[in-house]
Amino acid sequence: MKSAKQETVPIATSSDVVMARQKVRQWAIEMKFTLVDQTKLVTAASELARNALEHGKGGHMVIEQVENSVKNGLKLVFEDRGPGISDVDAALRDGFTTGGGMGLGLGGSKRLVNDFQIESEPGKGTRVTVVRWK
Amino acid sequence: MSKLPEMINKHHEEIRADWLKQMSTAVRRADLISNEELESQSRELMDAIASGARSGELTNLDGPAWGQARDTLGAISTSRAKQGFSTSETATFVLSLKQPIFNAVRRENPSDPAALFDDIWKSTQLIDKLALITADAFQASREKFIARQQEELMELSTPVVKLWDGILALPIIGTLDSARTQVVMESLLQAVVQTNSRVAIIDITGVPTVDTLVAQHLLKTITAARLMGADCIISGVRPQIAQTIVHLGIDLAGVITKAKLSDAFALALQRTGQVVTKVNGDNAGKRTLLRREE
Repeated sequence: MKSAKQETVPIATSSDVVMARQKVRQWAIEMKFTLVDQTKLVTAASELARNALEHGKGGHMVIEQVENSVKNGLKLVFEDRGPGISDVDAALRDGFTTGGGMGLGLGGSKRLVNDFQIESEPGKGTRVTVVRWK
Repeated sequence: MSKLPEMINKHHEEIRADWLKQMSTAVRRADLISNEELESQSRELMDAIASGARSGELTNLDGPAWGQARDTLGAISTSRAKQGFSTSETATFVLSLKQPIFNAVRRENPSDPAALFDDIWKSTQLIDKLALITADAFQASREKFIARQQEELMELSTPVVKLWDGILALPIIGTLDSARTQVVMESLLQAVVQTNSRVAIIDITGVPTVDTLVAQHLLKTITAARLMGADCIISGVRPQIAQTIVHLGIDLAGVITKAKLSDAFALALQRTGQVVTKVNGDNAGKRTLLRREE
């Protein structure tokens, strides 16, 4: 997987979540994703950015244009230095929530992208990496 | 005791003349500010600095002696923020005072390097502080401006309109973050009571992203409206939004949704026992009339 260009967006307030969404939309449009794919990417970014803000006490998003041998893709990495997730499998299960949400954000975003990877260490923070290929 | 305060007070007219002469084009920005205004601002500021210096206090600018200087800087910052200056341009306006003051200090201390250095250090500290006050004031006025715009947006963005007897519509435009959702929900519930409506149509055509938080807010609003005896219909569900909602796994089974506002309106009419029919006669087909079903 080769990376062409990247940009980092801080996630510290709820208006940063809006900013993150707008950036992802802008990049997805630039890369000529279809409208449905754009919407999926933006929605996944919205969920993960809000997770980083609400559960991870803020962090940042790295947005990156990537390509493998055949296709182009948009890769998003969300990193926070929050309490981490003790049981990742449970967190991915639909309906599981520790806040007041619907408990669909993490599992839902996984279904909205092609590649989904989550690394979390209790006490250290969480990193979620997603890629959507064109 | 340093001679600096006395020197500033005595020579402030010369310093100001020197300052205006040396003011570079970057600071002047003739496109944004007239020479007369610049002239009067520099005079006001220099007078305020001279009156502050008269107190002999040059390190702590929080006291009453420097109140006039702080107010003047605040006023200059506010007017410059409105005129479209950048923060650095505004700060540079104050910082550009350094060279004229240093020149004056040098003229005052022709043969005493120690006193010269001492005065230069004191005056550079003084001007740095003045520049910081300017930058703070500049930022504060910008933030005030942004906060006001946000409030205006909040007010603008939530109109509840009455479509027909007993039918309300709430066209939502933009981001449904939590602060706005609260306003949206309240204004809808208020309107339900005031107009005795039985059906409320929430149109989300103008909402760019529907994620789980937005969906949750919508569902809560719908539940609250239902408790007050009004059914909600969600309209404006675009294809990409529909697909995203499915992938997210959001269950909207208990909610009536329509692709278009017109479909939702037709359903609302049906629910409230009203129909739209064509008028017979000369204008047949051109006009439509609405009547209550027998």
